[in-house]
Amino acid sequence: MEKLDVRGLSCPIPVIKTKKLIDQGLAEIQIVGDSAVSKENVSKLARSCGYTVVMKVDEKNNWEMEIKK
Amino acid sequence: MDRGKWLILVSGLIIGAIAVTLVKLGNPPNMGFCIACFERDIAGALGLHRAAVAQYMRPEIIGLVLGSALTALFAGEYRARGGSATLLRFFMGVFMMVGALVFLGCPLRDILRMAGGDYNAVVGLFGFILGVGTGVFFLKQGFDLGRAKISSSPLGGLIMPALMLFFLYLLLKGTVFNPADGGPLFFSQKGPGSMHAAIAFSLGAGLIVGFLAQRTRLCLSGGIRDFILIRDNTLLLGFIGIFIGALVLNIAFGLFKAGFAGQPIAHSNHIWNFLGLYLVGLTATLLGGCPLRQLILSGQGDMDAAAVVIGMIVGAGVIHNFGLASSAMAAATATAPATIGGPNIFGQIACVAGILIMLVIGYTYREE
Repeated sequence: MEKLDVRGLSCPIPVIKTKKLIDQGLAEIQIVGDSAVSKENVSKLARSCGYTVVMKVDEKNNWEMEIKK
Repeated sequence: MDRGKWLILVSGLIIGAIAVTLVKLGNPPNMGFCIACFERDIAGALGLHRAAVAQYMRPEIIGLVLGSALTALFAGEYRARGGSATLLRFFMGVFMMVGALVFLGCPLRDILRMAGGDYNAVVGLFGFILGVGTGVFFLKQGFDLGRAKISSSPLGGLIMPALMLFFLYLLLKGTVFNPADGGPLFFSQKGPGSMHAAIAFSLGAGLIVGFLAQRTRLCLSGGIRDFILIRDNTLLLGFIGIFIGALVLNIAFGLFKAGFAGQPIAHSNHIWNFLGLYLVGLTATLLGGCPLRQLILSGQGDMDAAAVVIGMIVGAGVIHNFGLASSAMAAATATAPATIGGPNIFGQIACVAGILIMLVIGYTYREE
């Protein structure tokens, strides 16, 4: 599974990095981040692209998700 | 439309309505809220510049930071973080203020000016959209100022809220440190700096808008950016909400007056209205948020955003001391003809230099 670390990145770079991997056609991506805003934005993008989002760690400032198609 | 979109639209309507109400209560015309103008007034109150018409310790700014801090603390989102090109962000804040003071307003005031019927603000909006678009181009190329880190202690992130509490104390107590010079704090006797709503209203408005903006992540450059980048209109709905909320109340209060001429605290020099907000849009997009968003982030522990805010305040001091800010249009008097206002040659050079510097930053800070 492809891994993506978006911790500490300014808005909207987490979304751009996730979108690049989605556009490559990857079916499964594991993403870690450390802000509530990036969690909301990345999961919203994943859902809008037809992925299901599974939160592995779900804290405000520390999260890990797997998105699958 | 989902719940999040309704929430930000309604928040926008409330913020627009609050802004016009503040004008009704005494704030300068079409300036119920202006992040750049109010930070500039704070710079004046602290004595960082000598523009006698732009000095007031604006409680709206204090309220925005404290409202954001309290909301983030209760929501569990407060976290001290920083270390992403901090000094660079400070200077980007300085140049974001150059753009705002060449235009005479931040993106929030641009919306409020449009809602007041000021066509010059529409020219500014086109510049702002193109500036954000240029920023999006760099983002797509892999622009990145680097990662911020969560700090081992929460203290650094509390500096901005603590500073605002100190400012509030100075405002309420009325301490004068240097009686020979009459300040600080300095207060304008005439001009926009002398026009303000009562402290309680201004502070309350700041706290409410700080809460709403923290919850909804409202960002005016972000609204246009997300629409260009991923066709997401969530933040844009906040932008539209502010416009409609302010427009309705402006018409109701009889404050709406359409046209290019005779607009308050504005100029009709189209090139510099356009380029001023172009610089703001580009810089805000590279920084990850507009002046309002930077202020909100600075309240919830983001020390890099705090560097931008401090850069804007210090920048305002330098800009006014160096005479780089635009002059407002003026009606004809017995001794002088009417003027359309705008920046002088030094303001124009500063604005173009800022744009060039942002283009270099956008091009060089690239992750392959």
